[in-house]
Amino acid sequence: MIQIEDLTKTYVMGEEIVTALDGVSLSIFRGEIIAIIGPSGSGKSTLMNILGGLDRPSRGGYRFEGDGVAHFSDDQLADFRNRRIGFVFQSFQLLPRLSALQNVELPMVYSGAAPRARRERAAELLERVGLGSRMGHRPNQLSGGQQQRVAIARSLANQPDLLLADEPTGALDSATGIEVLALFQKLNKEGLTVVLVTHDRGVADAARRRIAFRDGRVTEDVQL
Amino acid sequence: MSGASPTEIVRFAAGAIIAHPLRSGLTSLGVVIGVAAVVMMTSIGLGAQKRVTDTISGLGSNLIIVSPLQPRTAGGVMGGAGAGQSLTDADTEVIRRQVEGAVAVAPSVTGMAQVTADGANWNTSIVGVSPEYLEARDLTVASGRMFEERDARQGRKVAVLGPTVVTQLWGDADPIGKRIRIRGAPFEVIGVLGSKGQSSFGRDQDDLILSPLETVRSRIIGRRIKADSVQTIYVKAVSEEELASVQEDIDSTLRAEHKIQAGDDDDFQTQNLASILEASKAAIGAFTVLLAAIAGVSLVVGGVGIMNIMLVAVTERTREIGLRMALGARRKDVLAQFALEAVVLSLFGGLIGLAIGLLGAAGIAAIGDWPFALPTWAIPVALGFSSLVGLVFGAYPAWRAARLDPIEALRRE
Ligand SMILES: Nc1ncnc2c1ncn2[C@@H]1O[C@H](COP(=O)(O)OP(=O)(O)O)[C@@H](O)[C@H]1O
Ligand SMILES: [Mg+2]
Repeated sequence: MIQIEDLTKTYVMGEEIVTALDGVSLSIFRGEIIAIIGPSGSGKSTLMNILGGLDRPSRGGYRFEGDGVAHFSDDQLADFRNRRIGFVFQSFQLLPRLSALQNVELPMVYSGAAPRARRERAAELLERVGLGSRMGHRPNQLSGGQQQRVAIARSLANQPDLLLADEPTGALDSATGIEVLALFQKLNKEGLTVVLVTHDRGVADAARRRIAFRDGRVTEDVQL
Repeated sequence: MSGASPTEIVRFAAGAIIAHPLRSGLTSLGVVIGVAAVVMMTSIGLGAQKRVTDTISGLGSNLIIVSPLQPRTAGGVMGGAGAGQSLTDADTEVIRRQVEGAVAVAPSVTGMAQVTADGANWNTSIVGVSPEYLEARDLTVASGRMFEERDARQGRKVAVLGPTVVTQLWGDADPIGKRIRIRGAPFEVIGVLGSKGQSSFGRDQDDLILSPLETVRSRIIGRRIKADSVQTIYVKAVSEEELASVQEDIDSTLRAEHKIQAGDDDDFQTQNLASILEASKAAIGAFTVLLAAIAGVSLVVGGVGIMNIMLVAVTERTREIGLRMALGARRKDVLAQFALEAVVLSLFGGLIGLAIGLLGAAGIAAIGDWPFALPTWAIPVALGFSSLVGLVFGAYPAWRAARLDPIEALRRE
């Protein structure tokens, strides 16, 4: 599904040039669940951002189902993120003024879905993550685990090809984290391709492939 | 590929405004004040214009006023006492005979005198005129009759009274046939004029007595003027189109009659009401535009207020913007959302300002006994302008929002 080749990302900080990714090449296949591990600053988030079309590489190729994502325009990238990618962030990133249901609807607003269909789909997704009784609640009325589940429901709104989760359990206690991870595994079993970044060895063991990073390079890529 | 529909963008913008009602209200306040000021100024200006129009056209339609003018002396000093007796009965006659477009030519003299009747007395203007005066000045007789040429020739002491004079002397009683004394001389009341009401400058236009020119000249004004002198000749032109050419005709006829050489100054002047009206309206119009422009500055200040708050909003909501982009909002979606937010804020202010401005103008009109003019075009213009202000001053903040880098924005705390 995904081929990246010699992917490099550099940041210029005044005099200094920071190399966040240093010639990364790998392939991701449909239906995989991959854990990305590595110390802080090793380039994990940078890779996730490029995979998700939030950022562009400085150098190298990125093909998604054959499309050259690296050469997409801003609007093409926006549509790519909207249709093909689901993001789950460490800090949930829900809009505080909107209800759980409205938060889940948001990606479908930008894909131009009809209000009725949108609402039905959002309700269905919230049921699926076990929040059927919390649809009208605002984020500040929900626990951390519930908020993250709203965010997962939102990431599924437009039936993405790839789910990207950057330290999704980082802000949760371990019990809740395990629940959320179970949810990712369930989604993967249903056929969704999942890439998650984690510090937690236990989490990594739940995946079927592990990629380790250090200083912007892949140091390990193993099937488990 | 279809993006977010316009209705959704409107909902996002409205939602953000409703989330902070007080702040949104205060942000709109500048536009409220600006639009209210512009609407109030133009309404007051239009009211003034209406009042001046009413006053001037109340003098008579298609009217040309001929009055004496002391020619400028060598030293440039205007003539003093005794000046302004250059018009005579001969001038009236020559205008009647030679100026074709003149449908009514009415000479007049005016004096103040005390009038007594049945023990009551009243000071009023005694206006000596020819019967054409009614037509020239668009006056009507409400009861009785106007005097005729015959009455005038016979030097009959008859009087047609303005309604105010009747009220002052008798109250409600019918005055026709009654006797009054003007400067001690007995006059018979033969008619009462229809009311013209107050002029806009507060002068009572019904406080006068009309009597034949000859009679007033000999009995009331007496020796102070020459026996054939007239003070003003009112000429009604046949139509508005002919007004200017009739005026020119009068000018050239009187110059010939007065034997004024080419290059010398006239000893009379003619004024055409239409041109006076135009000039006054233009002057008030220009003044109104000036006031409205000054008021418009506050609208710009209101726009700056909106821009300021929108810049704050973009900073505050950077994470929201980043998230929307991550979820698939295109740059133009973000641009539209924030621009629209500014437009809605401004338009809301414009609506409130419009209401306040119209209420204020109506209030001022009521207090100042001033005609209230509703500037109908002010409604679309006020709303159009406030939308424009929102768009212009919202454009930069919205552009800043749309230009944000989603990763940077998401990371912002
Ligand atoms: N916007 C940026 N500007 C400059 N340096 C950056 C930026 N984003 C990331 N970096 C640097 O790139 C490197 C990789 O960062 P990141 O991908 O966030 O690491 P990780 O997610 O593995 O902790 C780090 O050294 C970080 O400081
Ligand atoms: Mg990271």
